[in-house]
Amino acid sequence: MADAALPNGATPFTPRPDYWRQWRESSALPGFRLAFGFTLFYVGLIILLPLAALVARPWEHGVSGFFDAITGSRTLAALRLSFFAAAFAALANVVLGVAVAWVLSRYEFPGRSVLDALVDLPFALPTAVAGVALATLYGPNGWIGAPLLSIGVKVAYTPLGVFVALLAVGLPYVVRSVQPVLEDMEAALEEAAQTLGASTWQVATRIVLPALAPALLSGFAMAFARGAGEYGSVIFIAGNMPGVSEIAPLVIVSKLEQYDYSGAAAVGVAMLLISLLALVAINIVQVAYSRRGER
Amino acid sequence: MIATVARRPINGPLPLLLLVLALAWISLVIGAPLATVLVQAFSKGVGPFFDAFKDPDALAAVRLTLIVAAITVPLNAVFGLAAAWSIAKFNFKGKALLLAIIDLPLSMSPVVSGLVWVLLFGASGWFAPWLEASGVKIVFALPGIVLGTVLVTLPLIARELIPLMSAQGADEELAAATLGAGGWTTFFKITLPNVRWALLHGVLLCNARAMGEFGAVSVLSGHIRGLTETLPLHVEAVYNEYDFVGAFACASLLAGLAVVTLVAKTILERADQMAAKQGSAA
Repeated sequence: MADAALPNGATPFTPRPDYWRQWRESSALPGFRLAFGFTLFYVGLIILLPLAALVARPWEHGVSGFFDAITGSRTLAALRLSFFAAAFAALANVVLGVAVAWVLSRYEFPGRSVLDALVDLPFALPTAVAGVALATLYGPNGWIGAPLLSIGVKVAYTPLGVFVALLAVGLPYVVRSVQPVLEDMEAALEEAAQTLGASTWQVATRIVLPALAPALLSGFAMAFARGAGEYGSVIFIAGNMPGVSEIAPLVIVSKLEQYDYSGAAAVGVAMLLISLLALVAINIVQVAYSRRGER
Repeated sequence: MIATVARRPINGPLPLLLLVLALAWISLVIGAPLATVLVQAFSKGVGPFFDAFKDPDALAAVRLTLIVAAITVPLNAVFGLAAAWSIAKFNFKGKALLLAIIDLPLSMSPVVSGLVWVLLFGASGWFAPWLEASGVKIVFALPGIVLGTVLVTLPLIARELIPLMSAQGADEELAAATLGAGGWTTFFKITLPNVRWALLHGVLLCNARAMGEFGAVSVLSGHIRGLTETLPLHVEAVYNEYDFVGAFACASLLAGLAVVTLVAKTILERADQMAAKQGSAA
């Protein structure tokens, strides 16, 4: 027999005809091949192929060329401004976003539904419209800019302007991730704590905030990622002084205008990497936090 | 059902303080900018406001914006349905990776979403020799503007559909299949009616973002007046020429679009809640 010819009693290799089908569970529903095939084709064409072109581009002058492109003082300053302003704006939105979500989910007052709908406006408002409006409003002659200037606070055409624009961009992300959690929170928990003599402050810090933490983190992450890459709402109010109030996406635009394609791609790759690393880090904190909660 | 915390009227100093804080915050970053757009657009009266739309370049920009949205939204809607069908109704390895890739455009700067197409189809891009030989123009023309917009708005409809269709499961579709319904019949008679509100919701958001896209389009358009300028780019160009009434008149058109989107979205959510209530009562 053939088996006897194999040493050490090994069984002969039998190919499994279903091997390639095992990566998906079988289903009685049709249409997987068509839907999945189209999904892969579309994602490949619209996301993966262009990203491959981005990642491949900055290495024309080797690894050092890449680092030279992103460590120029102008580029570094822009990256620092974009990511720090986005982080601080997201942080401010976490604090004030909780207050907004709390008011919208816990109190009934006239005009509540209008206020609720208004929170979503930055999702739907074109960034260029927000940009020109913020620049006018916080400019030296604006309704808010003029009074602020008279007490010596210059908002428009400074890094502070970038921060203000990113506040508007990020607000809905925090409110919309926190609000459903607040609305679905069990009344019994808060009532029990109050019955046991907890003060409002204790209920807020010991019961409500811990339950909100994961939603706050994901709201922060989304506001941060969106803010770091934001262009339209920022460029009008920022003044775009190189090294001072110039954001990273604008550096990409100006490199493109000088036909420095690999330099532009290098800044693009750096922005993408920083964003993804930050998101992964926030995700790790979130997982660690929810594990701690389970114990 | 577990009782959730009920909404209370404003009573006492702490709730009042919080309300004032929330009101002030929303007014400062959302309400006041919106009001600024309207006030500036009509700052010289109604006549100059309408004059802004007599500019043929403004009309060309409106037309281009509509064309871009009319191409982008159906493409991303079909993609959203296909992605949600395969992800929500089937189990396969690598699903989490696919979901992460679909979400990727959300953490990309719009400018980068424009840049990637320049690197593919621009003067020294991967496909430059082929494009030059065939005479097809992508960057600084309509196809590039559409590609940039499609990339930026790609996840919006899929993200509305995937969670809902995953929650609904495949039971109804499987029952239809057992009873002999074909794939397309099942899809059009069972799946599509089940997700119609979420689909419409996604379409609204995608449309608003497609019409308002600025960063990606700004990189890809080439800024040719009357030809490759979308409405947001036209706002920028006119604003930079210090024609504030013209800029804010066009901006108010886009702001109006955003407000209409929000109103429609609110109505949809109400309709959805009513349908859910009737569904649970039946």
